[in-house]
Amino acid sequence: MLTLPGALRAAIIEHARADHPDEACGVIAGPAGSDRPRRFIPMTNAERSPTFYRFDSIEQLRVWREMDDAGEEPVVIYHSHTATEAYPSRTDISYASEPGAHYVLVSTRDPHAVEFRSFRIVDAVVTEEEVRAADDDLADAAPE
Amino acid sequence: MAIEVRIPTILRNYTGGAKSVEGSGDTLASLIADLESRHSGLQERLVDDSGETAGLRRFVNVYLNDEDVRFLGGLGAPVKDGDTVTVLPAVAGGSR
Repeated sequence: MLTLPGALRAAIIEHARADHPDEACGVIAGPAGSDRPRRFIPMTNAERSPTFYRFDSIEQLRVWREMDDAGEEPVVIYHSHTATEAYPSRTDISYASEPGAHYVLVSTRDPHAVEFRSFRIVDAVVTEEEVRAADDDLADAAPE
Repeated sequence: MAIEVRIPTILRNYTGGAKSVEGSGDTLASLIADLESRHSGLQERLVDDSGETAGLRRFVNVYLNDEDVRFLGGLGAPVKDGDTVTVLPAVAGGSR
């Protein structure tokens, strides 16, 4: 189960809509071992593509170092699908490399309805999980 | 006299759980070969030698200090004592 403050859910959706028709992507960091997403970090999609995303490699290094220095880890890794369902594709599964993260998928294929789902991807096995809202005013939805 | 190599979570099973290991070499390729001698299986996760020439795997980011080694010569990038090499699997995916 992913427990996610409403403000962070809204931030992910807003990012996905803003980058549509390109795929949007990013991270929500939280204290290591806490499983609590706190800090919203939208990332540049270096592919700028409607069908593929990839974090810019230098940006990723900076963000991963910052998380390490702050005792954080990537609790949520999110990206959007712009014409297909909010479900991990074969490439999503093959490149999933953070076994502890919640993989959030948003689909922006329908401008009037949001699809927002979360999954664990471990050893190429996908398991969907419930997303529960958390009342949490410690969450920081302002982009870093 | 060593080069620090920072290992991402997903590759720590090759290093007995260590998030950082040490190695030596003049180039990234020789450094990786040196690590392989103590951490068997690690090289294959970093290097693709299925083609005519070996190269770093496409969706593994390797950094030498603050730079992406793709811009420093890839496997041929020179390394020296005191350098830090960081490995991060690329975060990527797509609709298919």
